[in-house]
Amino acid sequence: MDFEDTPEEAAFRKEVRAWIDANAPKHLEDELRRANFGSNAVESEDPIAAAKAWQKKKFDAGWACLHWPKEYGGAARTPIERVIWGQEEGPYAALGGLFTIGHGMCGPTVMAWASEEQKRELLPPLASGEEVWCQLFSEPAGGSDLAGLRTRAVKADDGSGDWIINGQKIWTSGAQNSDWGLLITRTDPTVPKHKGLTMFFLSMKTPGVKVVPIKQANGASGFNEVYFTDVRIPDAQRLGAVGQGWEVSLTTLMNERLSIGSGMSTGFPELFRFCMEAEIDGKPAVEDSAVRSKLAQFAVRQSGLKYTGMRAITALSKGETPGPENSIGKLVAGATLQDLAIYALDLQGQAGVQWDETSPQNGRFQSILMRSPATRIEGGSDEILRNIIGERVLGLPGDIRVDKNVPFKDIPTSGTRKS
Amino acid sequence: MNLDFSDEQKQLRDQVRRFLAEKCPPETVRAVLEGSERYDKPLYAGLAEMGLLGAAIPEEYGGVGLGHLELCVVAEELGRVLAPVPVSSSIYLAAEFLMQAGSDSQKAEWLPKLASGEAIGTFALVEGQGRASPDKIMVRESNGKLSGTKTPVADGCDADFAVVAARDEEGGISLYLVALDDGSVVREELQTIDPTRGQARITFTNTPAERLGPSGDGWHIASQVMDRAAILMAFEQLGGADRTMEMARDYALERMAFGRPIGSFQAIKHMLADMYVSATLARSNCYYGAWALGASPAEMPIAAATARVSATTAFQHCSKNNIQVHGGMGFTWAFDCHLYYRRSNALALALGSLSTWESELIERMGARNAETAA
Repeated sequence: MDFEDTPEEAAFRKEVRAWIDANAPKHLEDELRRANFGSNAVESEDPIAAAKAWQKKKFDAGWACLHWPKEYGGAARTPIERVIWGQEEGPYAALGGLFTIGHGMCGPTVMAWASEEQKRELLPPLASGEEVWCQLFSEPAGGSDLAGLRTRAVKADDGSGDWIINGQKIWTSGAQNSDWGLLITRTDPTVPKHKGLTMFFLSMKTPGVKVVPIKQANGASGFNEVYFTDVRIPDAQRLGAVGQGWEVSLTTLMNERLSIGSGMSTGFPELFRFCMEAEIDGKPAVEDSAVRSKLAQFAVRQSGLKYTGMRAITALSKGETPGPENSIGKLVAGATLQDLAIYALDLQGQAGVQWDETSPQNGRFQSILMRSPATRIEGGSDEILRNIIGERVLGLPGDIRVDKNVPFKDIPTSGTRKS
Repeated sequence: MNLDFSDEQKQLRDQVRRFLAEKCPPETVRAVLEGSERYDKPLYAGLAEMGLLGAAIPEEYGGVGLGHLELCVVAEELGRVLAPVPVSSSIYLAAEFLMQAGSDSQKAEWLPKLASGEAIGTFALVEGQGRASPDKIMVRESNGKLSGTKTPVADGCDADFAVVAARDEEGGISLYLVALDDGSVVREELQTIDPTRGQARITFTNTPAERLGPSGDGWHIASQVMDRAAILMAFEQLGGADRTMEMARDYALERMAFGRPIGSFQAIKHMLADMYVSATLARSNCYYGAWALGASPAEMPIAAATARVSATTAFQHCSKNNIQVHGGMGFTWAFDCHLYYRRSNALALALGSLSTWESELIERMGARNAETAA
């Protein structure tokens, strides 16, 4: 066992480090390191422009979308090289949040299902950061039950082959900054729910598309509602066959699970630092035995995630596929973040209620407290993740589904349910 | 980056697993639980014969000279089957004390016998209730003789010798090698929550003792050796956590209620997912510990406490929820769930309780932070 690079990895790391050192927006480094959970990575300048500038710089030098083929704007690098890049990018990786969904999920789906001509047109501007994509999946009636979505796509009756879209999406990250969207719709409500879905892509500037920011429980607005009113798009913007949308969507969701090695933050190093400084009865909090027990349990969750990531990197380094252990990442990190924030406020005593720039660490723990509920829901709720671990990793049977083999239009909803 | 065992180490694991499947089925554990033997002698002899007891003992002292990573592999397998043998006392502790602090003649006298299973050693530290600390040590050395009582001492009734922490004539803590067959030693078997591993109260009265390591250095040496043992013990706990998770999973697949396998109920499924999460965190933390044990003395204090806290938490979590998944059947003597429940709670206390290790972990992280800042 060791934590050393192979000679090839070391050479690659050296090359990456030199390039980042010469090219990264260093004037933003401090701000990126200090950024609070759930707020913009950068406040001192336009965060969108800063993100796009860094992405374009990487793209021009051949460091964008490392895992994509070169003809679509990528760099055709190995998974381990992608991991090393991420490690070296450090605080600047926070600027990439704008592109996470486009590069990680929409891009791979377009790559798998679009025509060659479309791929060559759509993917390079996505890789370069000139165009931003969002994913139009969740709906008010279909979050965890994604296939329960109700946005309709109907063939236009003018013989053009065009589709007319009506409905509503919700929880769309970054829709207000997006140029394109990956859109899943229902084209046939008379068949069981998974079978009547069809996937499209569309310009977010298409007439009839309206983006409305959601004011979140923490006061910020990262998510949006997107309304579709008689939106007309050509049949050429369909991905996969009519009725094949569920299969197409799985490409996206599988890619989400492949983005490993980055390691989610639990906030532990910040809490530890706080406990070194805070006092209980005139002594550093970190010397209190009750505090120590709490901290230790957070510490082993943090290090467990870190070394689970390293086990995955080990597999990648050997050219193998990582095991299922990475499926625990968000489940552990989300709950830890929330518990840890509650505990940090507890240690602040009655003053923990205050949330401003005079709060310890610039109000970091108050920010985590208010943002972490979303971490436990977005991209698969804790409960869905436990189902996935139970069913796909441990091999337990699926839940009994009462909507199986029932035409979609006959499935009861919150609206149709008789009391 | 290589945070995994090698192919050879994985082959060793398969070999040990096959051996234990044959020689240590649950009946073997039950025989010790219910019978008069405190450990399974044929199994212990078999482990010695395969060279597993001497895996990390150098060849010049009768071992196989593989290394501690191999010993981690063996420990995990022993933990999976609850092997009722004194490996932790004799190998993780006594042999480590000799290798870390023993003189050449002490090593030459005892290590070959520990490797061959001809002798069993143990470590006698605590003297009753509460968290161990230097000022609680009342067993005294005077003129090369020990007097006082140690309790509990793991495998104390079966060990041929013990490494004893005692107060020396200068008032410091030193370590002593003590032959337990001396007529002055009184050993009483204790009733415990886990009779599959023996515990004893040992009283010394002017018992001849030979110092191990430098005078006054006992607590320091003991804490280093306990760190090493903690990682090996963590692998045993990891094996137990994995096995109890599998037992619960298998039962959830097979047991029907309300016309469906109980594993299809989310209440059960989510409990199992959480068991998988703790076992996975423990495995990753144990690998970190194994790396430190094999390669990084500087990282040992934090790695040992991390592996230990994580593995203790995981095994207790999995063993208690294994009973819960089994429902009433899990609370019968006939089902094996209680064997794991007993062991998980006994191992959680061996080498110092969970809260002790939690406190150590944070103290050590603080010390490292202070060092980095200085």
